[in-house]
Order: sequence, then structure tokens, then C-alpha cells
Amino acid sequence: MTFRIKPAMLKMAAAAWLLGATSAMADTTLEFAQWWEPELPAGSLRKIMDEFEAANPGIKVTLVSGPYAATRDQISVGAATGTLSDVVGLDGAWVNNLNAQNALADMNPMMDASKFDKAQVADIIKVDGKAVMFPVASFVYPVFVNLDLAAQAGVTKLPSTRAEFLEAAKKMTHADKNQYGWVLPLSLQSPSGVQNDMMSWVWASGQSMMADGKPALEGKPVVDMLTFVKSLNDAGTISPGIATKTEQEKVEEFVNDRVGMMIDSLAHVNLIRKRNPKLNFDLIPVPVVEGYTGKRGLPYASWGIGISAGSKHQEEAWKLVQYLMSEKVNAKLVSLANAFPGNVNAKPDFVTSDKAFGKAFEIFKTGYLANEFTGLPVAEDLMTQFDVEAQKMLAGEQSPEQAAANAQKGWTAKF
Amino acid sequence: MTRQKRSRHRLKRTVAPYLYLSPSLVIIGLLMLLPMVTVISYSFQNSAVLRRDPSFAGLKHYQAIFADPVFWASLWHTLYFTCMSVVFHMTIGMIFALMLNSDRINPTLRNILRVLYILPWLFTAVIIAVIWRLLLEPNGVVNSILMQLGLIGSKIEWFSSPETALHAVTFANIWAGYPLFMVSLLAGLQGIPKDFYEAADIDGAKAYQKLIFITIPQLMPIIISISLLDFIWTMQVFPLIWITTGGGPIYSTEVLSTYTYKLAFSSYNLSQASASAVVILLISLGLTLFYIRYQKAR
Repeated sequence: MTFRIKPAMLKMAAAAWLLGATSAMADTTLEFAQWWEPELPAGSLRKIMDEFEAANPGIKVTLVSGPYAATRDQISVGAATGTLSDVVGLDGAWVNNLNAQNALADMNPMMDASKFDKAQVADIIKVDGKAVMFPVASFVYPVFVNLDLAAQAGVTKLPSTRAEFLEAAKKMTHADKNQYGWVLPLSLQSPSGVQNDMMSWVWASGQSMMADGKPALEGKPVVDMLTFVKSLNDAGTISPGIATKTEQEKVEEFVNDRVGMMIDSLAHVNLIRKRNPKLNFDLIPVPVVEGYTGKRGLPYASWGIGISAGSKHQEEAWKLVQYLMSEKVNAKLVSLANAFPGNVNAKPDFVTSDKAFGKAFEIFKTGYLANEFTGLPVAEDLMTQFDVEAQKMLAGEQSPEQAAANAQKGWTAKF
Repeated sequence: MTRQKRSRHRLKRTVAPYLYLSPSLVIIGLLMLLPMVTVISYSFQNSAVLRRDPSFAGLKHYQAIFADPVFWASLWHTLYFTCMSVVFHMTIGMIFALMLNSDRINPTLRNILRVLYILPWLFTAVIIAVIWRLLLEPNGVVNSILMQLGLIGSKIEWFSSPETALHAVTFANIWAGYPLFMVSLLAGLQGIPKDFYEAADIDGAKAYQKLIFITIPQLMPIIISISLLDFIWTMQVFPLIWITTGGGPIYSTEVLSTYTYKLAFSSYNLSQASASAVVILLISLGLTLFYIRYQKAR
């Protein structure tokens, strides 16, 4: 049997091939590396990307997703080898290192060229004057209070100052019943307790651990915070096992009625409810020093976004960043993540439907986002160094002043 | 056969074994030698991995880690952790192996014990770390039992106190690792001819004399081989320590593996981390050469 290809068929095939090839050539495929997809409901980030693709014909987005730590390592290596994805999910703690490697694009010219309204974003993270990251979603850290334990201890007014917090913690502590007022996780495995559970006291009172871009740990704000933490420890109000306690264990202790108060991410509200549906808790801002009446700094962790300096598709990448930072899309994304928006005009739906989130949103709106580790060099290393000095202080090996001085010495070497 | 043909045949015979070996050589080269050489080269570079054009640093990173007191503390902790683990793995493994090999124990009970004793081997390092964290936490089962027995007056923070953390993590590793010795020694015990013990009985030897003069000498090759291997493996233990203590509190459980990890992934100082990794490599290499020489001598 012979098979003859008719000229018409050949022409059709050639036309189809040409059509496919031209459309493939017209399409720009952006790579977007992040750890968000596994943390969001299945398929939800892909759906947002599909909507972006529909709104921007010719641009396709490939999601490169992995757990947080794996993404961090992948981005570090990608920055070194020049294989960084076009758009990258960022943690504020990474940006200084990445900027030192010239791996992140300055988004200032892109903002200017597209007449981007800078007032609509909650924050722009700058390093050496370069706009390298926008926080897309922020997870704030208020104080969670177990209202039943507070009522049993006779704490009628939830603490607003450090002195009130100490008193409340003392009242809630019953070591014989394995019940403590506060929980402090300082495991060296993940030293973020320094940022979330210690420095948050400094920022809440509108104070700073820095001065002129340099560490100022020997200043009054940090020494006072360390003295305060030591007083809580000396009073026996902190749940034991501080030096190896992780954030997960902190949440477990709160869930199981073993601690009265903890500073924790708002992202854990649903987890806490799931683990103990009967737990009666409320959220309050981190208490401040006596007499402080100004705006309260609210510690936060964020899902940041930036563009690779080596990307060949920076124009398209900027379109994606703009899309994710736009009011409606940002509101949708943060509603899925139970986070607060990177666009100040966006209002996530959970703040009206959920009382706890509504309360937290009020705290968020009356305060300001504060996390001085964002943009610092080797932020995790700085936390580890501070962690070790704090552990020595809590073990009685040194005073708060000595802890601050030793941490200052270690930090100064890194700047 | 012409001279040319003969020489071609000889060449083929010479080359053939290398051709057969070549797949293995390529795999060893790619998976073992290349990473090792790369890490060694990083240890002599400034800003290794992080810069595309790293400069030559000489011995700077080695000098930096040798000048760091935390490195020396880590080395000491590693040696303590390793030596204690190997000694107790061997002792406990020997006791349990003798128990399981004994005819004086009921066979059913022996089978049950055999399963129970081997259990720690079935758990991964992560599970072992979680189990011991739960057991040894201040409000955990161990403190509760000790307090009820009146052995301690207050809760001990086993992993969180600088005084007890290294001992606690070593204890967890001993629990996790003795089955290797037990299984190996049990196999060795079953291979010792009964005649030796019968002759000893005729000579009126006591049980401890049979242990010292028959059992241990017969098991010595296994004891030395497994001890050396255990020493090399235990020196590199990372997940158990990382999950239980993270190298803390303060630096009380910092070992070479956690020290290196922190340099690499907390400080992003991959050059110094490589130098530290090379030091671990050299120590392991020394032990491996000792092991190979011992094996050859046998």
C-alpha cells in the first residue's frame, strides 16, 4: 500500500506548525519561585496565575513551589549561579544577602515608568536605596490570651503595659499544675523567637534596636526589654524548657491550656481553633512601656516579592508583581492566606466574617508594621547570636547589660 | 598470528578490565570525588558559591574556624558524644546479645525480647528525636516517674539545661544505636563453636572466665570492626541533635555537624562551612584508613 501526502495536507500542516511556533514565540514564560503554594489551599495560587495569564495574553507563569527552607536554599544558590527565577518570593531576612549578590532588580525605575501608585502599598523594602521587595501578605504577631485562665486567675483587665503583663503572668502561673503565664521559645534550631517574642516588646513601644542603620543593642530599649524578660523568668512565669522550645511547641502549650499568654502569628488562629475548639481566647496588642501612648509597632513576618536582576523578562515580571499588589487580587490572596494585605486599600473578607481576625485587623490598622530584621545582613545569624546571649542571661550567667553588650559585639562584626 | 595482531590482542586484554570498571569509576567520580573536591576547593575561596567570581583565600577560613572557641567546644562535644555512644552501644549490645543467645531464657520470652530490643533500630532519627523530646520535656514522663520515686525534687530541663543537655542527647543516641551491635554480636555468638565452652566446663571454668577467655576474644574482630564503623557514623550524627536541641542551650550540644550547618545556612558563610566540613572529612578519613588497615591485617 502506498501513502501519498497531498500538497493541501502538507500546506495545512505547515500552517499549523507556523501558527504554533509563532504563538510559542510570542509567549513569555515567567518562572515564579515561592513557598506560598504549599501553604495555600490546593490550586488557589495556580488559579490566580491563570487569571493573570488571561488578563495578560502572551505571558505564562510557571510556579516553582517548595517548602520555605528549600525555597530559601534554592534562591541562595540561584542567586549565586545566575539561575534565579524571574519572580521570587522573598522573606525580609534574605534581601540583604541577595542584594549583596546583585541578584535583585531595583523596582524604582519600573514603578516610575508604569506610574505605579506607591501610596497603595503597605511597605517597600529598600536596600542601598534600591526597592527590592514588596510585602504581599503580612502575618502579624499579637498577644493571644487564654480568657478562661485569665478569669480563673482574677485577671479582669487584659494587660496593656509591661507591668500589667508581669502581674497577669504571675497570677496565671501555677507551676504545681503545669500552668504558666507566658511562653518563650528560644530554640537555636529556629531562632525566630528573638524576633517575634523578644524584640516585639521593643517595637511595640515605638522603640528600635538600631541607630543610624547600625545595631544599638546596648541602648535603653533593648536592655529594658531584656530586664523585663529576665523579671518574667525570675518570677517563674515562663513555661520551662525555654532554650529548646520551638514555635510549634509554644502553640501546643497554649492550645492545651498550659500557658495563659503567648505572642504568636495570626496565621495560627485557625490551627488553634482546630486543635482545641473549646479554647476561649482573645487577641491584644503587645503591651508597651509605662507611659507610652504613641502608635504601636506590630511585629510581622511577610511573604515578600521581588524580581531577579538577571531576568530577561523584567517587564513581564513587573506586570505580575503589579497584579499581585493590586487591590482586588491582593485582597483575594491574603483572604486565602489569612494574612493582612500588602495593598493598604485591600480588605480581606475574613475581617468582617471572623471576630478574632476583625479584632486583629483593628490592631493592625491602629499600629504600624515593625520588623527591623528585614533587610539586615545574615538576619538569622544575628538572631542566633542574640538568642545565645539571652539564654546565658536566663541561665544566670550574665546580666541583661552584659547580654546586650555581648550581642552588640557579635552584631557589629556583621555590619 | 602476526606481531601486529598479537600486540593488538595484548592491548585489548590490558584495556578490557578498565572498560568493565569504567561505569563504576564514572559513578564514583561524579557522586563522590567531584563533590569532595568541590567542597575542598570552596574552603580555599572567599564567598564561595555566593559569588560568581570568588577569589583565592588561602588558609584564611581554616585559621578562622581554628580561632573560634565554639569550634573547639564542638570538637570536644563531638568526641564526648561519639566515645560515650560507641562504648555504651557496645556494652548494651553485648549484654542483650548474650541474653538472647542464652539457653537459660525461655525461647518464647527470648523471641519477644528479640523484637523489643530491636525496636529502636526501626525508628528514623526524626522519630527518635521526637520521642525523647516528649519523654524528657520538663513536664514529661521521665520527670514524672523520677519525682514519684523521690529520686528528684524538682523538674529537670533535660534538653534545656546546659548541665544536662549533652548527656541527654547522648543518652537518646545510645538508645537509638545499640541494636546494630546487638545483632552483629548475636550473629558472632552463634558462630562460636560449642566445643570451646564444653572444654572450658571440663576444665572447671566459671561463667565470667568463659566470657573473658572465650567469648570476647572470639568476638573481637566483630567488636573492632563495628566499633570503628559506629565511631565514623556517630561522628556525623546531625538530625537527632538538631531536632532535640539545635546545638543549644548556649553551645552545650554544639557538635561539628551542627556547627558546620549553622555556618552554611544561618551565617551563609559557605567558605568557612566548607573548611569545617573538610576537617570532619579528615577525621573520618583517618578513622577509615585505620579501619581499612585493620581489615587488611585480618
